[in-house]
Parts: sequence; C-alpha cells; structure tokens
Amino acid sequence: MIPAARRRLLVVYVLVAALLIALGGRLWYLQVMTGVSYASAAAQDQTRTVIVPPVRGRILDDVGTPLVNNKTALVVSVNRALVAQQSDGGPSELHRLAKLLNMNYNLLQERIRLCGPTVSQPCWQGSPYQPIPVDQQASDTVALQIMESQRQFPGVTAQVQPVIHYQQPYGTAAAQMIGYLQPITPQEVAQRHLPVTGFSGVDLVGQAGLEEEYDRELRGIAGQQVLSVNAAGEVTTIHHQTPAVPGDTLVTSINAQLQQITQNDLQQAILKAQAEGNPGATTGAAVVMTTRGRVLALASYPTYNPSIWTGGISTREFRDLFGTAHGEPILDRATQGEYAPGSTWKITSTAAALAHGFAPAGPYGCPGAVSVAGHVFNNWTSSNLGPMSLHEALVMSCDTVFYQIAYQMWLRDKPRADVTADPHAPVQWMQKMELAFGFGRSTGIDLPEESPGTVPTRQWLYYYWKQYKDYWCKHGRQFGGYIQQIEYDDCQSGYVWTPGQAVNASIGQGYVTVTPLQLARAYAALANGGTLYTPRIGEALLSPSGKLVSRITPPVAGHLPVPQWAQAYIKAALIDVVTQGTAAGAFAGFPLSKLQIAAKTGTAEVAGGQATSVFASFAPASNPKYVVVVMVPKSGEGADVSAPCARQIWDSIYGLEGHKAVFPGGQAPRKLPSIAGNGAIVAPPGYAGSV
Amino acid sequence: MSFLRAGGPGSGRLAGYRGLAPVRPPVGGSSGIRFGGSPLRPRGLRQWAMAKDSPLRHVDWVLLIAVLALALIGTLLVWSATQPELAQAGLNPRTYLEKQLLNVVIGLLLMVAASLVNYRQLRLCTPLVYIAACLGLLVVLSPLGTTVNGAHSWISLPGGFQIEPSEFAKIGMILMLALILGDLRDRVPRPGPRELALALGAGAVPLVLVVLQPDLGVTILLLVLMVGVISLSGLRLRWLAGLGVAGVLGGLAAWSMHLLKPYQVQRLTAFVNPSADPRGTGYSAAQAKIAIGSGRMFGQGLFHGQLVAGNFVPEQHTDFIFSVAGEELGFVGSITIIALLAIVLVRALRIAARADDMFGLLAASGIAIWFGVQSFINIGMTIGITPVTGLPLPFVSYGGSAMFADMLAIGVLLAIHRRHRVFD
Repeated sequence: MIPAARRRLLVVYVLVAALLIALGGRLWYLQVMTGVSYASAAAQDQTRTVIVPPVRGRILDDVGTPLVNNKTALVVSVNRALVAQQSDGGPSELHRLAKLLNMNYNLLQERIRLCGPTVSQPCWQGSPYQPIPVDQQASDTVALQIMESQRQFPGVTAQVQPVIHYQQPYGTAAAQMIGYLQPITPQEVAQRHLPVTGFSGVDLVGQAGLEEEYDRELRGIAGQQVLSVNAAGEVTTIHHQTPAVPGDTLVTSINAQLQQITQNDLQQAILKAQAEGNPGATTGAAVVMTTRGRVLALASYPTYNPSIWTGGISTREFRDLFGTAHGEPILDRATQGEYAPGSTWKITSTAAALAHGFAPAGPYGCPGAVSVAGHVFNNWTSSNLGPMSLHEALVMSCDTVFYQIAYQMWLRDKPRADVTADPHAPVQWMQKMELAFGFGRSTGIDLPEESPGTVPTRQWLYYYWKQYKDYWCKHGRQFGGYIQQIEYDDCQSGYVWTPGQAVNASIGQGYVTVTPLQLARAYAALANGGTLYTPRIGEALLSPSGKLVSRITPPVAGHLPVPQWAQAYIKAALIDVVTQGTAAGAFAGFPLSKLQIAAKTGTAEVAGGQATSVFASFAPASNPKYVVVVMVPKSGEGADVSAPCARQIWDSIYGLEGHKAVFPGGQAPRKLPSIAGNGAIVAPPGYAGSV
Repeated sequence: MSFLRAGGPGSGRLAGYRGLAPVRPPVGGSSGIRFGGSPLRPRGLRQWAMAKDSPLRHVDWVLLIAVLALALIGTLLVWSATQPELAQAGLNPRTYLEKQLLNVVIGLLLMVAASLVNYRQLRLCTPLVYIAACLGLLVVLSPLGTTVNGAHSWISLPGGFQIEPSEFAKIGMILMLALILGDLRDRVPRPGPRELALALGAGAVPLVLVVLQPDLGVTILLLVLMVGVISLSGLRLRWLAGLGVAGVLGGLAAWSMHLLKPYQVQRLTAFVNPSADPRGTGYSAAQAKIAIGSGRMFGQGLFHGQLVAGNFVPEQHTDFIFSVAGEELGFVGSITIIALLAIVLVRALRIAARADDMFGLLAASGIAIWFGVQSFINIGMTIGITPVTGLPLPFVSYGGSAMFADMLAIGVLLAIHRRHRVFD
C-alpha cells in the first residue's frame, strides 16, 4: 500500500512544481517584462496634481481705501460626488451639516444643486467635481467639529481660504462699478484659457464691473502642487510645487468717501423728488470726474450690497437684483442708463451753430412757439423773451432760438440726402458735432458693459426705419387715427430726416439719448479746452509687494472741432447760467466767489411721464478741474432735482457750506497710495485713507 | 585577516554537528517500536543534545531553516507594511512588528512541542485537535464569534486576543483524515468504503461549518485537502472516479441552488477581469498587481515602497503581504520567497515519501498540499491568477492563529521525520 501511495505522491510533486513554476513565470512577466508600465501606473496612483488658487488682488480707491478687500475666512465646502456616495444619497449628512452650520436645510440644498436649463440661481455654476463653498463665515468651533468628525461628514471640508470682502459702506455705494465674482463656467475656462482649480472651489471669475474688466490682472496666476496621496486620497507629502502668484492690486481714481457721498446725495434727491409728488422718480445716476477723464465717483440708484454674491446668492436676492420690481439694481445707470439730455444738449447745438457761421450775437428771436414745416414747437415758457444772443439763449435756455437754428441748418444741410433711403447718407451738420462730443457711441470706459446712447444720424434713422418698417406698414393708416397716420408716414418715409426731427434733436429730445457718463465727458472736453478723453476708473496696477506694474491714463479719444473762441463763448454762458440763468435759483446762496461753477440745466420731456431732470456742471470755471453730472428720470425740472444734488456734491468736494472737504484744498491726490512691506496700504502724503 | 577569522571553526555550524546524520540500522520490527521514551530524560542538556537518539540530531534542518527564513522575511515585511500608517496615526510604529515577533516565538514553541510528541501521542491527540477545532468553528457561529474585515471567522477572547479556529481546522482535518485513512485495522491493504465514508464524514463537519461562516478561501482549501488526502490514501481508482462525479454533481447543485452568495460568485469571477470593477472586488487585486509590477527586478528597497507607504493595497500586512514583497524586494525578493516555500514543500513531501506508515505519509503530504495550495492561492491573488480569498501566506502573513497552526504543522512534520529517521 505504501508504494502505491508513494507513486501517487509523485503526482503531488509534479502538481506542486507546476504551481510554483506558474507563480514564478507570472512574476517574471509582471515585474521584469512589463514592470515599466506598472511603475508608471504606481506613480499615477500616488500623485494628484492640484491647482492652487491665487489670492485675488484688491481694488483700492485713490487714497488706498479698499473697495474690495481680501480676508481669510474658514470656508466650509461640500463635495457633491462624495456626499452622494452616502448610503442614502446624502440627505442625512446634509441635515447634520445644516444643523451644525445653523443654516436652513433648503438653503444648503439650493447652494449645492447644479445649475441647469431648468435650475436657476441660486445654484452651483462650477464643476460638479469641485467642492462647493456653502459657508464662508464658519467659526473655529464648527470647522474643528467638521475636521474631527470626518466619519460623520465625508466630503465636507473646512479650510482657511481667502475670500472676497466688500468694504462697507463703499461696497454698496459702488456695487455696480465693482461688479461681482461667480464660479467659473466651462465656457469661460475655454474663452479665457484659465487653469481650473479642482481643489478649493474658490475658482471665481469677475462677471461684471471692474472685477470683470481687470479680471486678468486681479486674478493672479494659479500655482500647482503635485501631492503624494495614500489610498484613501489623503495627502501624505508635497511632491513638488510651483506657488501661486497673487493678483495685482488695482488702484482706482474713485474716492471712496466721495463715492459714498455722491450715492447718498443722489438717493436723497430721488427720495425728495418722490416726496414732492413724483412717484415715478425711482432711479438715477451721478458722475464725478476730472476734466482729464478720471472718474472720481460713479453712482447709480438703486444699488445693492455686493456681499450677497459671496457664499451663494438666494433665489429672492437674485430676483430682487435682476428683476424690475425693485428697479434692477444690477444695472449701472451711470454707464448703462440712456436718457434724453434735454437742454444740457444745447452746448453741442450752440457749438454746431457757431462752427457753421451763425453769428453769436444774433439777434435771435425767442417767441413762445415757432412753426416749422407746418408743426408748432413750443418754448418752455409761452411768453416772448425778445431778441437775444446765443449767450442769452443758453443762459435762458430758450428752445425756440435753437428750433430756428436747427431748421435753418436743415434747409442748408444737403436736404437732398433725405430723398432716398441710403445707409451711407452724409451725417447732418448738427449731428456731426454731437458725435464729435462723444455721443452716440460707447465712451470706452474701463467697464465691460456700456450703452452707446443715440445720435439720430441719417444712417441711424435708416436702420431704425428698416427695423420697424414692417410694423409701421402693418399698423399705419393714411386716414386713420393720429398714431396710425404717423405710422403710415413712418412706413412710407421713416428714413427721411425731417425738419421736425432736426428741431426736436437740437434741444436734446426726440430720438436723442445719452448716458450720464457721456454727458460728463462731453462737458469735461468743453471744460478742458477741447480734448475728449476716454474715461478711466483704473489709475494704476500695483504688484502684491507694492511695485508699480502699470499706470493707467485716460487715452485721448479726439478733439472738439470747435474753435477756442467759440468754446470760451459757451463756457462764459454756462457761468451765467449759474449766476443769473436757469440754475441761479438752485445755487442761490452758494459761495460762488470761492468756487465759480459753470453749468447747464436740462429738463427733457418724455412722452407720457414726468421730465428727466438733468444737470451738468464743471468748476472752478476759470480753470476747470472737475465735472459733476446728475440725471434723474421722471422727477421734474433740472433745476429742481438734479441741480441741488450737484450743489451738495460740489460742497463736499471743496468743503463748502458746512460740508467737510473730501479733498484737502479741493485737490484730488496726484500720487498713488503705496503698499508697505507688511502689506498695509499707505495713503498718499497729505491724504488720510479711511480703512 | 586573522581578525576576520576570529570566528573560528565553529562559525556557521552547530558545534558537534558533522553534516548528515549517521544512517542507523533498523532496530526492532517494522512497526510498533517506540522511540526512546520521554525525550527529556534527566541527562545533561549537552549530553541529551549530543546523544545519537537526540531529537536535535533528527531535525530536518533544511526545512526548519527555510521556515525560519520565511518567518523572518515575513516579520520584516509586516513591519514595513504597518509602520507608515502607525507612525502617521502617532502610534508606536513597531506595534505590529512586536506582535508578530511574539507570534513567531509562540509558534516556534508550539512547533518544538509538537515535534517532541511521539506517534502514539500524536494519534491520541489527533481526535482531540480535530474536535477542538470543530468546536471552535461552532463557537464562531455562535454569538461569541466576531467579524474582522468582513470575515465572520473569529472568536474574541478576553484581553483583546482573537482566535481564528479555521486555521486549526486545517491541521485538525488533515490529521483526522490521515488517522482514518492511514491507521487501518485488520491489515486491509487499502481503505474501503467504510473508511471512505468515515473520511468524508470527518471532512464534511468542518467543511459545513466553514461554509456557514462563510469563508470561501478555507472552503476551497478544505475541499482540496479532502480530495488530496483521500486520493493519496490508496483508495481504488473507481472509488475516486465515483467521488469525482459526485463532487461535480454536488458543485452543480450548489450553483443551481444558490448556495454560493452573490458576492462569492463575484469574487470568483472578478479575478478574470479585475479592471472591470476597479473600486469593488477587483480593486485589491488591481492595486496589488500594480504594486508588485512596480517593484521590477530589485524592488524599491525594504521600507521604501511608495504604494506600501500610501496603504494602497488593502490588507497589505495580512492577506496581501506578498504585494509588499513584490514592491519592496522586487522579482529577486519575491522569487526568493517562492523558492523558500518550494523548499518547505519539497521537504514536506520528502518526509511524506519516507514516512514508514500511511498515517505519517498522509499527514505529511496533507500538510504539503495545504501549504502548497494556500501559498498558490495567496500569491496567485496578488498577481491576478487566482480569485481574491482570505487565505494568508504561510509563515509570512501577519496573524497569530495562522502562525501557530503553520508552526504546529511543521512540528508534526518534524515529528514524522524523526520517526522515520529511526528506520532509515
């Protein structure tokens, strides 16, 4: 029996040998023949490349007060992918988290849901694989609890991160100009060639205002870390890294204090107009700039607190911001609002008249109404003010003088061009001058969104007619009602520049619209001797260490085709507007001996509503430095609403009538604020920053 | 030079040992002669060690050294596999090293004790070991059993100790089968249906208990052991064929009646294509393969494995210890471990071949099959040629129960070896 068993043992020997040889052969194949590929697989296993978000640059005012600051905060982020892996798909963990963060569960849910065609804000616009910040003001205790009980909160992290901080009250006062940040979308990644942060969830991109315009400079350069990780994905060591480069600091010519004062004065003016029986007065804008094109304040009403963008916006906040029910506070009315300029427009009409040989002294009749081409056009007053010069016409703001000039000019200005519909028809004389003052096109200010306003050139009229012709032809009736007759006429010859249109346009009504910023820079050009600047908010870019990266100067956009004597003539008239003209009442008691202001009022009548109150001014009249423009639609006369508001702003700039001077000696700082070694901002000598 | 030679003639060898033990003529009959009475008779220790009938002179030193080498390498690998994580957690990085050293020492003591047991005592002990192991398996199924790493195959003892009875069930079953099939009464030439039935019954009890745990790896191993030992027992070939047919039918029945749990079927099939499911069943296998492959010819060096340090292979100090060897010691180190295992297997089979009775032959070859199959399945799963099951690598993986059972088996081998030495 033993021998038989021993024979069978041989089989065991053979089997064991076969098994061992199989193991050895397989090992040889794995480790020696194909080991290289496994070695690279192992390297991939062990490292993760993460993009380190750079610290975003600050936005400062002219004395170094931060409008937008960075501060470090404990940010609690939720990784959707990891939370969804919970056995119940996440709700129980999110309930725990909401309780810990003392946050409404629904709000938490809203913040981490993904945006989509049917899902609107608040929602997450970024990559679903990025941790989504849900709380940017977490306390140390909360953060510790999250970090210590990762078993309870898988996929939830609490990290110290730099977050955007809007310095108040300046943040609200300049909300539209500053813009806001939102998580980057895939389209923006492709468009701007940005490396995406798959790590921190703070990969934000400027979406409006200065944040968008200077996004590239403010953003900095993302760093990269190659990390060694273990099987659980926990970082063990840093393999190698290139540090992130913080973004540059943007110094603006905005003065935070003046911005706030301007915003405040504008709001008071609007509220006052409301109180005085103009319920339609709900919006407005004010611009303060230097005569060399630097913007000192850009106010838009209504405004909002930009902090609502941080840490996710709620549905209600989003609706309030973009909805018309609350006046669309997201709009920057100083650059995007298009309003009829009214009589402030007459400086261009006067310049055109003088440039085309109309005698300054006239005399020009100023009746209560004139009839032009079969239509009657009224002055603002029905009484006849008698013959006058152009100077007096500006001071008294006599509309009928400009009606007659406009009609005369229409008669002489190639009326044949109006016979055929031609997109290349020559620009009318008066409209050519308006274009030269920078109207009818974007100013080119360093903001991403801007409206061009309207100068009704023949070309504009042609395209306008093309656009609405079909509608007019469908609704117009030759023998129908009043509107139907107009529509019938427009259908037939809407491209024709009629005398009536020329007359209306000469006093800043009809088709004419401007933005407050355009009006300000046109007055700046008149004030500075004829140079039209492209306005700039940015003044300089400083590196994080405070070195000057680049200076930003307002480029010259053109020169007014108005002789110096003619400019001086108009300026002299604008001085008299304040001393004895339409603005005299609004500036009664103003210390004009200390500060001579030149200005023009405007009351633009709008069909079916209260007039737009406009006031454009510059000072000191002898050597103009600043321009102040205020526009408040649907509020009444220029002298009643906008002029007093501008007076308040002038008071604050120069410290008059009991106001505290924003600029010592009325001089905006010439030097830039600097950044000290410790990162602190130092105001220019002689100025006090208010941090 | 003289300094280098200071070790003298005794270095590297045990004093007095002159290589091969002298071949002794047989004394006494072909069976029933007992060797030397109690080995610890009160002579001087030196005299005892030197004596011609001393157990030391009948030790299979090649086997013993191979086992010690495996245990040493295993202990180092366990150290390397556990120290980064322990250090990171702020614990003593040598915790597992110290525990495994203790396991080895206890195991060696058990081995020595077993090797000193004589045949009669071994036969007497066999049913006790078997019954104890089966009782242990029963306890596991009771509320006293605990689950470690998903396997419900442990008994918790007071003081934080844990015992895995299935490890002892292996040696218990081998010895029991050897006893039933090898210790034939009436001088029948080969086991008959009665012995076969008994053997099947004796095998079935632990098998069913392990299936109930359920422990797939041990089930497969016990099945192979049963088939192996029964096949070697000299049973007629037609009986073996019948057994084979019955086994196949039984397997089909198990399949069709869903006796295998879905996760077990998944485990069995996942190894065919582990990358299809990288985070599930095949994850460990895929990671182990990457770790071993990245070791290449000479490895990253002990304590320098990056994947080891990152804990990429789950259970890398127990079931997947071979992946640590593969990454840190490379092909050279892994093939050394396989060579050492080959030595153990060849020596065990040699002891089986030289055993003078069926009990010794079956016990020794059963142990050889055990180590061979378990090593193959264990190493195979780390390199993707066998399914992932919870079988440790003998002598190398971390764990007390396994180490004790393995060392006990070596002790049994040594005891069998000593027995036949007398008649060589």
